[in-house]
Amino acid sequence: MADGRAQVRRRAGLRLWLAGGWLALLVLVAIFAPLLAPKDPLEQDLFAGRLPPFWLTGGALLGTDSLGRDVLSRIIYGSRIALTVAIVSGVITCLIGAGLGLLAGFWRGWVDVLVSRFIDIWMAFPPVLFSILLIAVIGPGLFSIIIAIVVIDWTRFARVVRAEAMAQGAMDYVASARVAGRGRMGTMLREILPNVLPIIVVLLTLEMGIAVIVEAILSFVNLSISTDDPTWGGMISEGRASIHQAWWVLVFPLVTLFLTVLSFSQLGEGLKDRFDPVLR
Amino acid sequence: MTYLSVQNLSVRIKGGGPLLRSVSLDVAAGHVHGLVGESGAGKSMIGRAILGILPKAVEVVSGAILLDGVDLLALPPAQRRVRVGASCALIPQDPLTALNPSRRIGRQMTDRLVDILGWTRGDAEARALALLAEVQITDPARVLRQYPHELSGGMRQRILIASAFAAEPKLIVADEPTTALDVTVQKQILKLIAGMQVRHGTALLFVTHDLGVVSKVCQSLSVLYAGKVVETAEVRAFFAAPQHPYSAALLAATPKYTDPDAGLHPVPDAVIAAVRAEVGHD
Amino acid sequence: MALLRTILLRLVTTAVTLLGVAVIVFVVIRVVPGNPIAMMLPPGATGEDIARLTALYGLDKSILQQFLIWGAGVLQGDFGTSITARQPVLAMVLARLPATLELSTFALLMAVLAGGAAALTGTRLRETKVEGGIDIAGGMALSVPDFLWGLVLILLFGVLVPVFHISGRVTPSLDLPFITNFYLFESLVRLRLDLTLDLVSHMFLPALSLAIPLAAIIAQLLKQSLKETMHLDYVTLARTQGYSEASVIWREALPNAVLPTLTLVGVQFTFLIGGTVIIERVFSYEGLGNMAIDAVINRDLPLIQGIVILFAVLFTGVNLVVDLMYATLNPRLRHG
Repeated sequence: MADGRAQVRRRAGLRLWLAGGWLALLVLVAIFAPLLAPKDPLEQDLFAGRLPPFWLTGGALLGTDSLGRDVLSRIIYGSRIALTVAIVSGVITCLIGAGLGLLAGFWRGWVDVLVSRFIDIWMAFPPVLFSILLIAVIGPGLFSIIIAIVVIDWTRFARVVRAEAMAQGAMDYVASARVAGRGRMGTMLREILPNVLPIIVVLLTLEMGIAVIVEAILSFVNLSISTDDPTWGGMISEGRASIHQAWWVLVFPLVTLFLTVLSFSQLGEGLKDRFDPVLR
Repeated sequence: MTYLSVQNLSVRIKGGGPLLRSVSLDVAAGHVHGLVGESGAGKSMIGRAILGILPKAVEVVSGAILLDGVDLLALPPAQRRVRVGASCALIPQDPLTALNPSRRIGRQMTDRLVDILGWTRGDAEARALALLAEVQITDPARVLRQYPHELSGGMRQRILIASAFAAEPKLIVADEPTTALDVTVQKQILKLIAGMQVRHGTALLFVTHDLGVVSKVCQSLSVLYAGKVVETAEVRAFFAAPQHPYSAALLAATPKYTDPDAGLHPVPDAVIAAVRAEVGHD
Repeated sequence: MALLRTILLRLVTTAVTLLGVAVIVFVVIRVVPGNPIAMMLPPGATGEDIARLTALYGLDKSILQQFLIWGAGVLQGDFGTSITARQPVLAMVLARLPATLELSTFALLMAVLAGGAAALTGTRLRETKVEGGIDIAGGMALSVPDFLWGLVLILLFGVLVPVFHISGRVTPSLDLPFITNFYLFESLVRLRLDLTLDLVSHMFLPALSLAIPLAAIIAQLLKQSLKETMHLDYVTLARTQGYSEASVIWREALPNAVLPTLTLVGVQFTFLIGGTVIIERVFSYEGLGNMAIDAVINRDLPLIQGIVILFAVLFTGVNLVVDLMYATLNPRLRHG
């Protein structure tokens, strides 16, 4: 038994390192994009369209798309948009959702009634329809994507954090903090919050992965920012169309996106296992 | 004539400590043998080993289980399963979890007769009806169509007992069959098992922690402590004069309903220490 | 009679949910910042033109009036007219519905078969390397959404080893004798197996991408509840009766383990239907979802309304069916 558990933890550790490593690399690439990108991601060269990657007699490192734009440079710049959406929408969703969940779970009373009712209504409304509607109404663009993610996904945080805050609130250490004279707000922030923080971190990690994929999907169907701007989804969309002529336009952004999404979810799951007292 | 013979059976947790230490016991055909011990002594483990339903984390280290002269542990699993299925049966401890909640009583009683033993559906149903009547269930035809949750615990235990006798097994393992029941029902169920056993002439291995029950039902018994048999005796001789100090203390600790003022006599620590040293339990 | 009451109660809540969806859809769409009428007209249209069209689509009335008019129309099957296609929304939507239904049913079937097989295998070989392998594969399948699986499958089985079609619902040059839009179903009924093969070859990859995450969920959940069931006394009892391990799992454990899995599969199936929106786009499959995306791009509000409401009906319908199945399969509810 002890052996198996150690093995599980080792595997979990490796998983954390791989996922975290890829994401850290991605952050660095996004920050230093102008230094790293071999070409201007927007620069077109119609005479150098659909050049294959370098090992297939091509000039460009990972090939060029139909307009002669450098695939590698576009992937590098695309990471800026992907990470921006992930971080901005992830953090806002987290603040709103976790905040409301914490209030509802610890404060109870009418706050809880209100928040829970909203969660119920949200849950009854399928996310896909919600996003179709929202994007249709607000119109396409990066800002709408972030708004849509926040509006749809805050319940993911609120639900879990509320339940956890309720469970923590029922424990003796909270009662003794109150007895020791800590105010309600102080108890919530000093006693409850640190204990629900691990779960919030896990949810935030998973949410960022979701945000990346939502952004990719919406740029794939042309509902994100303009098609000139380098987004992974947009590149994949173009690659899908020219798949029989230039596979590299699809493959490289797809692999990047795949690894990124996988890393976020593996990091989230890995952290969950790490924080889970049963495994520890 | 000995029907079941367990010889020097040792069982342990995989990669862990022993659960049974060289246990030997015999059950004669048509006889009732009691298996007594405190909880954790390993008495249920013996029954499970015989029936081939040890938990996955538990393994047989050595020994033999002879059923009608054939060593079950030497048989390939499939053969063993068929052999045990045809000649043995189990009366489980908890009637509330021992019936499949999603299937009707009738199917649960008859399926194995049809599937495993090759009876016709009609024969099996007739048999089930007769047995339910024998365990004093009123309106057996209706009960056959019902689901477990529609029946009381006592009813379900009767059904399980009827089921155990369905294929006329040579040996039944009764694993604390009355522990989970109300005290008022316990007596009836005990009487029922004893009566069925006599009528069908089945050998019975009766696992219990209650010496009072043993004195009523069994002909012989083995006392188990920490996975080791400390005494095997005829019931009459045992209750007259237990040979082992632990057995004597266990007997003294059994409350006597005939003498409510006698007080409680837990097994003394000195006896526990002695028996521990003897069986090598740490 | 507990069953009847459950059914009635569920029908009422379903109706309430649908009404709620209708209200939300209507209200959300009316707060559009841009003027859809202005977008419909060519540049240089006069204010008079705008006013005329606005009146034509009833956009000059109050929101409540608009809702009542619209609601009354919906109840009579009038979902309005698509702004881009200038055809009745209901007819357009119903024409696409069969394609999406066939795709999601096919995907569900794949997911149940694959997930169920994985769960049963994992239970039979529990605590072995095989179970570990199934767990890891399931974790991978769940980490990545259907959209990405679709693209990966296109690369693998459409380009690298081109065994399946990666675009459309059916080869366009084929002569279709169908009178309904349930092509797959009708090809089976008419025994035109050549057409069935072509349809399946188009449907296989999109269905598989939708099925992969669901199969993993089914495998995980079913295996977990199977393993819990395997410890129960009636399973042990069946073992002593001479049943093999495999038939113990199949006969005793499975019927009881299926029930808790069923509810969740229902919820997940609605997610799968939601997933068709993007998967149909990825595979250029002419279903409802593909139409929905076009409608959003064109801001064709009546069409969006119709599609969203139809999806909502589908979702609540699936939930209703699952609840009813649960009620009929659970002997405790059936014989209360």
